[in-house]
Amino acid sequence: MKALISSLSENRLAQILLFSVYVLITSASLFLAEKSVVAFLLLLLSILILYFLNLKTVWKWIIGFVILGVLLPVSASQGPSYQSYMEVATLVGIYVAMALGLNIVVGLAGLLDLGFVAFFAVGAYTYGIFATPQAANFMPFGSYPLSGGSFWIFLLIGCFAAALFGILLGIPVLRVKGDYLAIVTLGFGEIIRIVFNNMDKPVNITNGSMGIASITPPSIFGIDLLYPNQFYYVVFGIVLFTIYVVRKLEYSKVGRAWKAVRENEIAAQAMGIPLVKTKLTAFAIGASFSGMMGVVFAAKQTFVDPTSFTLLESTTILVMVLLGGMGSVPGVILGAAVVTILNLQVLTELTNWMNQLSLSGVIAIPEALSPVKMQRFIFGALLIAFALYRSQGLLPAKNRKYNPEELKNKTEKSSILLLSKEKRQA
Amino acid sequence: MNVLEVTELSKSFGGLAANSNITMGIKKNSITAVIGPNGAGKTTFFNMITGVYKPTSGDIRLNGKTLVGLRPDAVAKQGIARTFQNIRLFKDIPVLENVMAGMHTHITSNWLGILLNLPKARHEEDEAKKEAYRLLEYVGLEHLLNEAAGSLSYGAQRRLEIARALATKPSVLLLDEPAAGMNPKETKELTDLVQTIRTQLNITIILIEHDMKLVMGISDYIFVLDHGEKIAEGKPHEIRNNPRVIEAYLGKGALSLA
Repeated sequence: MKALISSLSENRLAQILLFSVYVLITSASLFLAEKSVVAFLLLLLSILILYFLNLKTVWKWIIGFVILGVLLPVSASQGPSYQSYMEVATLVGIYVAMALGLNIVVGLAGLLDLGFVAFFAVGAYTYGIFATPQAANFMPFGSYPLSGGSFWIFLLIGCFAAALFGILLGIPVLRVKGDYLAIVTLGFGEIIRIVFNNMDKPVNITNGSMGIASITPPSIFGIDLLYPNQFYYVVFGIVLFTIYVVRKLEYSKVGRAWKAVRENEIAAQAMGIPLVKTKLTAFAIGASFSGMMGVVFAAKQTFVDPTSFTLLESTTILVMVLLGGMGSVPGVILGAAVVTILNLQVLTELTNWMNQLSLSGVIAIPEALSPVKMQRFIFGALLIAFALYRSQGLLPAKNRKYNPEELKNKTEKSSILLLSKEKRQA
Repeated sequence: MNVLEVTELSKSFGGLAANSNITMGIKKNSITAVIGPNGAGKTTFFNMITGVYKPTSGDIRLNGKTLVGLRPDAVAKQGIARTFQNIRLFKDIPVLENVMAGMHTHITSNWLGILLNLPKARHEEDEAKKEAYRLLEYVGLEHLLNEAAGSLSYGAQRRLEIARALATKPSVLLLDEPAAGMNPKETKELTDLVQTIRTQLNITIILIEHDMKLVMGISDYIFVLDHGEKIAEGKPHEIRNNPRVIEAYLGKGALSLA
């Protein structure tokens, strides 16, 4: 078996062949079967397998794009549970983008944030208020609700609103570090939720605990987006954008500054990296993805209320980051997918199955033990297991490898000397 | 000409005067040592120059511009770089990126340029990589470029700190006990490196060091601190025979024994 695996890891052609067979079989069974959660999950798993294949990165991206963008929606579209699959896939995307945002704050900049869902709430309420008559209560001009076309602008507005809140949170909390920071951010998350819960008087802005209902669905070219399969593509696009941004920033001046601050604040400052600015950028950029997804969430649910933004949500996102691997983009994506699917599919399916069993009298399981109710217990157990046996996460962060041949100086060796002289004269 | 001018610099922590009325002039392109027994206030002095501590009173001027009240990153931008007594590398990131982090202030493109992948941002990033590699060659660590900084040997970590400090393109480089914990061979290599930096890059070097052989061999000028005060200054041979210095290091009776 070992020999087989090692010979397989050498042979690119065999890998591609086996992978195509796998994808074909899973998508075909998803296409043909009436309702097959297993086939759906196995098809999603192909993305993870793809990640490990010995292929050029560009090809992996193209293949992944085809699988998620075409194959998955098409092959799921036949069965009666098409929309529920797409709902799950959409939620996975929403959480992936949020986890990637939190990963910037926690994984790259090393700032523990326990109130991350607040930014999601800001995004959701930004769209929720203006896409319902709610805004008419306090806005002196304009007519509300705004049309569905404004959704696309609100993606940007939600992004900036969340970034602004990120900075507002950042300014006071930058004085504290570590555990204290975690407590302050936790407080911030709760404050945002409670404020939204109470902003129904004296002026009714958020409609309090009643929530905001019948939010205008987004529209594009005159088509209203109503179903999960439509939102799936919106989310897919945003996730791709998020991955691009995170990847690009991670290996740039900005990302290096984040990592430097995470590793050693004093040394980072001594290298000319401004602490406050660097941390605020991390908060703002991390929050902005969350805000954007908040807008999508509000539009998709057509309803927002404060109960969607509890501390449990913040911890769930943090669990995704920890489980996947702090600072690792592929890890965080996997972590978000695993946690969301576990929540929405695996546990629900298990519960349904056990209910059927107890209904037909095979076994008797008390309702208190149904997997859905044990969600927190399962996450807790998972976290403990990971802390003990794999503290770096499912796919640990890897450092980029530099090729010395490309860096070798082709011109004269003294240019560094010249550079430093220039600097002195300037 | 003095590149760094320190006048009557004092720092007290509560009732403890860590530094009192220190005045120093550091000559351009010199290697200056600051020595003194443990607890003499040498690192406090460095921390004030680099903006980590704010002086209680006194002034620090780099090329005539005061540094007092600037944050550490602003001081670094003015052209003062440092290494640390207890090594402070960015342990989990590769050696090359450690050096690149030092170039932060010299990469001018902002996040928008980076995200739009503008040619200028790409070019700067490429140049930074190459420059970082050159600096690694300079300190002799180029073969370790992909290692995590924390996994390097002690001597290599010290050299990497120097490379990272050089990446900020400083005019003054502060070395806080650069040879601490090194074996004689490593110390010799370090001495050579410090001298090359001075002669080739024209960087003024100030170092804190306990290894007297190194200090006497390398320094153009020496300042001696004891109990937060400057007790002597001069060329190495003057310091070697200064009775106050011997007393500070060896105690009152030492002179009569000698």
